Amino acid sequence: MSIELLAPGLYTTVQDLGRYGYQRYGVIVGGAMDTLAMRLANLLVGNEPNAAVLELTVKGPVLLVHQDLLLAVCGADMQPTVDGVRIRRNRPVWVKKGSTLTFAHARTGCRAYLAVAGGWDVPLVMDSRSTNVRAGFGGAEGRTLRAKDRLQPGKPSELGLLLGEQLKAKSKARNADCCEMDWFVPFHVFPYPKEAVVRVMRGEEFAYFSEASRRQFFATPYRLAAQSDRMGYRLDGPELALESPLELISAAVSAGTIQVPPNGQPIMLLADRQTVGGYPKIAHVATVDLPIVAQLRPGDRVQFQEVSLREAQQALYKQESELRQIRLGIEINAGRR
Amino acid sequence: MEQIEFFPLGDSGIVVKLGDTIDQTTQQNVQALADHLEQHPLPGMVEFVPGYTSVTVYYDPVSWYDPREADSPYDRFKARLARQLVSIRAEEQSAPRLIEIPVCYGGVFGPDLPDVAAYHGMTPDEVIRIHSGQEYLVHMIGFAPGFPYLGGLDKRLATPRRQSPRTAIAPGSVGIGGEQTGVYPIESPGGWHIIGRTPERLFRPEEQPPSLLRAGDRVRFCPIAEEAYEQRGRMGT
Repeated sequence: MSIELLAPGLYTTVQDLGRYGYQRYGVIVGGAMDTLAMRLANLLVGNEPNAAVLELTVKGPVLLVHQDLLLAVCGADMQPTVDGVRIRRNRPVWVKKGSTLTFAHARTGCRAYLAVAGGWDVPLVMDSRSTNVRAGFGGAEGRTLRAKDRLQPGKPSELGLLLGEQLKAKSKARNADCCEMDWFVPFHVFPYPKEAVVRVMRGEEFAYFSEASRRQFFATPYRLAAQSDRMGYRLDGPELALESPLELISAAVSAGTIQVPPNGQPIMLLADRQTVGGYPKIAHVATVDLPIVAQLRPGDRVQFQEVSLREAQQALYKQESELRQIRLGIEINAGRR
Repeated sequence: MEQIEFFPLGDSGIVVKLGDTIDQTTQQNVQALADHLEQHPLPGMVEFVPGYTSVTVYYDPVSWYDPREADSPYDRFKARLARQLVSIRAEEQSAPRLIEIPVCYGGVFGPDLPDVAAYHGMTPDEVIRIHSGQEYLVHMIGFAPGFPYLGGLDKRLATPRRQSPRTAIAPGSVGIGGEQTGVYPIESPGGWHIIGRTPERLFRPEEQPPSLLRAGDRVRFCPIAEEAYEQRGRMGT
């Protein structure tokens, strides 16, 4: 009773919403890069938002399913198939024991999320199932997945069991090995843009940058350099300079912090960022837009747009309300309300 | 605590700045606030990270949002935090711990000890004597899991970083870089001069807390012989 990796994909890891409470010990937060797609995938199989999923990067894995399984795929479009038949994203899918689930190269976006009913059952390390690859713990033995790895789903919720039974009955009636719900969530069905507008707030040292730099930062899009990964994105574009040298004391940073090292090329810190930084912070990406950022690839571009702290928090609240609505909708569709 | 400043760190963090310079009073205030937050976590607080001159508090803006109010979750959380700060007293502060870290200086464990000694015109033994004769303060943990930012390196040992950084430094390596000294808890690249190694594990993912050291601790390095290092390593301490 498990799934088995026949091919690992480019960079496949187990992630939940992250490891909180340990940054003061230097332990990075990690967790899914696109938490919106990740939580959506979990909702679709009846999981808690924090259940462990697989994060697939650019090219997904090939999995042999050794048990009947309720799953959902959200995020980048890696054109998933079950025994050669396309399945759609953003809806619950039931696959029969013995099926092969194949992900291809992402047509749009960068990261896809595979959730199974019950979540992936890997040990909790410091209250989280996220993989910390650099320090080598969490997830599947602290590393990216390899061919022949086996993973076990956990215990499905009542809603997960209900959705699974409905789809199983439907597939029996149709004599099919795989079956998906007719309904889906209307989220992220658009192609992810190659040039994204990203909302940012001013950082603590914004005012210390030269007037030209402050203007440039918002005037011209920045391109993701090749060295862009879960730790952070290096951004190519107009050089940013301080008005005069500034001696900073290292301090805590956050997901979305955009700091500028002496070479003037900004770095956007993301899920696997170090816990502290010492470079001037020109801006912070609004949390609500981090999922958009997570779907960019090297070569793609970001255009920064300034918002106030209040607007950023309001937008986040609105997104959370929409997620609550979706959760309710799923329960209604499953006939639980 | 006087002259406290607040800054937003994005939309989910707040920096409580308790001073402008790295000094003992600031450090004590940082510690007092960290201890207080540990014992009295605020509603909607995710976690906090003590630093050199500030404590950064992460919070959930959604839980502090009220659509009927004109002020932002940041304003509301800040007001709550400010109210809490008033009640902090110095006596709440836990007594600093003194942690002794055994170090095998020089030899295969400290390949750069001769270079550091030569740079300062000292003998390797003098470097060891100065480095281990000092008490250090853990200002914060960061950079790598369990890595202490230590204050208190004797100025006579300040050494510019290596011209070419090493790609892999063994866990437990004790180094000097610029005016800083520290211990690498996990294998990592680095440009510091490696003068010794400790058999002590600074990062312990299976323990609670996972770090040997925490902000506010006092640290002393104790020289040990190679045999003692091997013995401790075998005992798994």
